[in-house]
Amino acid sequence: MTTPSELTHLTLAGARDGLAARRFSAVELADAHVAAIEAGRQLNAFITETPDQARAMAAESDRRIAAGEARPLEGIPLAIKDLFCTEGVATTAGSHILDGFRPAYESTVTANLWRAGAVMLGKANLDEFAMGSSNMTSYHGAVENPWRRQGDNRPLTPGGSSGGSAAAVAARMALGATGTDTGGSIRQPAAFCGIVGIKPTYGRCSRWGIVAFASSLDQAGPMARTVRDAAILLGQMAGHDPKDSTSVPLPVPDFEKALDEGVRGLRIGIPREYRIEGTPPEIEALWQQGIAWLKDAGAEPVEISLPHARYALPTYYIIAPAEASSNLARYDGVRFGLRVPGGSLDEMYENTRAAGFGAEVKRRVLIGTYVLSAGYYDAYYLKAQRVRARIVEDFRNAFQQVDAILTPATPSAAFGLGENMDDPLAMYLNDVFTVTANLAGLPGLSVPGGLSAEGLPLGLQVLGRAFDEATVLRVGQAIERAAGFDAKPAMVGGAA
Amino acid sequence: MSLIEGRTGAWEVVIGLEVHAQVVSHSKLFSGAATEFGAEPNSQVSFVDAGMPGMLPVINAACIRQAVLTGLGLEAEINLVSVFDRKNYFYADLPQGYQISQFTRPIVGRGTIVLDLPGGASRSVGITRLHLEQDAGKSMHDQHPTMSYIDLNRSGVALMEIVSEPDMRTSEEAGAYLKKLRSILRYLGTCDGNMEEGSMRCDCNVSVRRPGDELGTRCEIKNVNSIRFVMQSIEYEARRQIAVIEDGGTIRQETRLFDSGRGETRSMRSKEHAHDYRYFPDPDLLPLVLSPEFVAEIKAGMPELPDAKKARFVSEYGLTPYDAGVLVGEQENAAFFEAVARGRDPKLAANWVTGDFFGFLNKSGLPIAESPVSAEALGGLIDLIRDGTISGRLAKEVFEAMWETGKPAPAIVEERGLKQVSDTGSIEASIDGVMAANADKVAEYRSGKDKLFGFFVGQVMKATQGKANPALVNEILKRKLAG
Repeated sequence: MTTPSELTHLTLAGARDGLAARRFSAVELADAHVAAIEAGRQLNAFITETPDQARAMAAESDRRIAAGEARPLEGIPLAIKDLFCTEGVATTAGSHILDGFRPAYESTVTANLWRAGAVMLGKANLDEFAMGSSNMTSYHGAVENPWRRQGDNRPLTPGGSSGGSAAAVAARMALGATGTDTGGSIRQPAAFCGIVGIKPTYGRCSRWGIVAFASSLDQAGPMARTVRDAAILLGQMAGHDPKDSTSVPLPVPDFEKALDEGVRGLRIGIPREYRIEGTPPEIEALWQQGIAWLKDAGAEPVEISLPHARYALPTYYIIAPAEASSNLARYDGVRFGLRVPGGSLDEMYENTRAAGFGAEVKRRVLIGTYVLSAGYYDAYYLKAQRVRARIVEDFRNAFQQVDAILTPATPSAAFGLGENMDDPLAMYLNDVFTVTANLAGLPGLSVPGGLSAEGLPLGLQVLGRAFDEATVLRVGQAIERAAGFDAKPAMVGGAA
Repeated sequence: MSLIEGRTGAWEVVIGLEVHAQVVSHSKLFSGAATEFGAEPNSQVSFVDAGMPGMLPVINAACIRQAVLTGLGLEAEINLVSVFDRKNYFYADLPQGYQISQFTRPIVGRGTIVLDLPGGASRSVGITRLHLEQDAGKSMHDQHPTMSYIDLNRSGVALMEIVSEPDMRTSEEAGAYLKKLRSILRYLGTCDGNMEEGSMRCDCNVSVRRPGDELGTRCEIKNVNSIRFVMQSIEYEARRQIAVIEDGGTIRQETRLFDSGRGETRSMRSKEHAHDYRYFPDPDLLPLVLSPEFVAEIKAGMPELPDAKKARFVSEYGLTPYDAGVLVGEQENAAFFEAVARGRDPKLAANWVTGDFFGFLNKSGLPIAESPVSAEALGGLIDLIRDGTISGRLAKEVFEAMWETGKPAPAIVEERGLKQVSDTGSIEASIDGVMAANADKVAEYRSGKDKLFGFFVGQVMKATQGKANPALVNEILKRKLAG
């Protein structure tokens, strides 16, 4: 017999093996996580909890295990970022404007997970429409990071936009979670919460049924406590989907199996442009440590140049809002969600969107509308697209010399809840290391490398060639092994 | 060149047309929902068409085929790479908040249409481009005192926007352009061309200038829904613009609406109030790349188009360009004619089809497929004329009976005893009778009054109730009168 708290501390791979060996049941595993979620409500990691659904799905998993028909993720309880449409379960995108919206359809990625036997615990909190790096912009309130600075009990941000997913996984409320990453929304919260997150190659996971933020950048990916767990989840989330024209018809490799190959002989690029002014010395030190670990594991560090990387952040903050301003036009109060009546159609639009969208969403819709406007399109949007093409080219050149690239994941550890809210530029700087992968469509992984002086997790980022998540995961696992990261957050399953 | 005479001199009208043609396809441009006209409101709407969160468009290959086929039919360049853009604006029947269209890189580039003008003349009009786009839904403002109702059945249906060069100079040319374009689209089966149901709609760009001058400022008349109204609205708009300029005013670039009740155009919005559509490439769709083989395969399967068919009718059947032009306007008519003409005298067939047959068909308002007289039946009638069974004059009576009863020609001839009399004995007897009864006229004729010959023919035909073979009557009568 395993105790509930032991069940929530298992890795996903460990739970899978335990279920297969009948050491515990899927219902027990689900119940343990449901209890942990209830106990941890202070973190506000979930917008909607679905305990009944979790138990029903777990019961079905037990039946299948008993019948010898277990599927790859049979009985594994997961948190789902509330950006994925889930049939019959409220889907909010963290926004007031989707009040009352219950999709009549299931996103492809979550449908893939349920088909593989996974169990839904609930819908995880996020920045409104995934726009944010702190989870402060959610209409349903901020999420707290389960970590605390040493000797300081003030709440910290879990990062964003997949803050609820990251907090839930770090606090042992879920064995894994789905996230989405448009500019770093999986990798930054993973780094802030001391877990692993991977944004796969653009086109690897279907975007069908995921509330769109910036269509050319959005990509779903897994968040978990180990590289192996992330590899297992990714293998089930990924796959070609004819309903998404940008999804790529390539077979999904066995990512878990690929981990066995190690990193001996791999060339690891170290981009000199990622040394940016103002980065804390401990971030730089962790990066050097990462290089040393990979060298010890038999890889060869190679200094490379990504000359246009410095333009990535401004480029991102033109392209992403441009696409968002158009993607969010459908939230007009006509067919679903919030409607605030008005004396005319235009007035209804104005009232609904004024009340339904938060400040950050409005800011980005305005920026996006501006950069697409007649007279400004060439100077902003078109130029940003040209810079984007150069960034893609930078990486193409780099990957002729190296097999993967190592950088810090974030320019700092988690900051205080509510900090940077008056300074959008400082907030946007959180994405400085991560946005390049979105602009170039490349896979990027964040893996914990150690703790800051204040006792907060710090992450390293591994970037790879398009559709070569396998190598990225292998490098990630080498760092994970060398780092031996076993620190736990202050708040686990609600217990401080 | 046709000019309009104003108070201060002659003016030239310059016309370009933008036609929205609904693509014939089972499902919509980016979703699997059905496209049938006249279904219950909101019964043909997928989650994509309703702009639900997270929904994504997927290009319907059948619509791409139709656009390429149309491009080939307009002798246009097919762009092997084209791009879908978003045209952003808010309206209640536009669920996504943008229309997916093609802006900078359309699927079809420059092409040509040859207009058939009165008197058998023809004239080329340039096609600027053809692009694919989604239709919007329908707003109904008259169902409720304070609310509008929205029907999304049409939302997402594929349209081809076909843009002409400003090559037309009269409203008649504009009408001829629309007729020819509609004919080509119907031949290709890419649009049913039904303007009443809205599957073909037209925006007219109209400007006026002094002959030889630069182009004037144009006004766009939106959404005109019949060829007659297109011609009326252009006529009105040209005269309005001339009057404004001649009164010392200037034309503002603007969008206007045609009020068919009053037969006039009205200002809708000026250029300053034009929407900024913030076009940008739709990131949900990859650029559309066609292979030369795909285009070649479509080209190989193309039907014979009106111009080629007309030329063939002239050369193969010896028809006049006018008759050939009338026959090829609609594919079904041309096919009907060819079925009638097969193994028969083509000119006689053409006369019957364009004459009595079209006359009855137009009067009845029936589509040719539902005509009570089939091509085979009409052919049967012509055969009876050819072999001398009935005279051409009686044939008209037989045709009318065929139309009314649906019976074949031989049955009617039999029933009504209309068989032509070619029995010389009985014709001689009738002639003898007529000559006996009109001995005075016979004498006059013999004394040199040749003109009376027609009188005798008429009398004989009357005596035989029109059934006598006219050639025989002439021959025998001539012989007998000569004495």
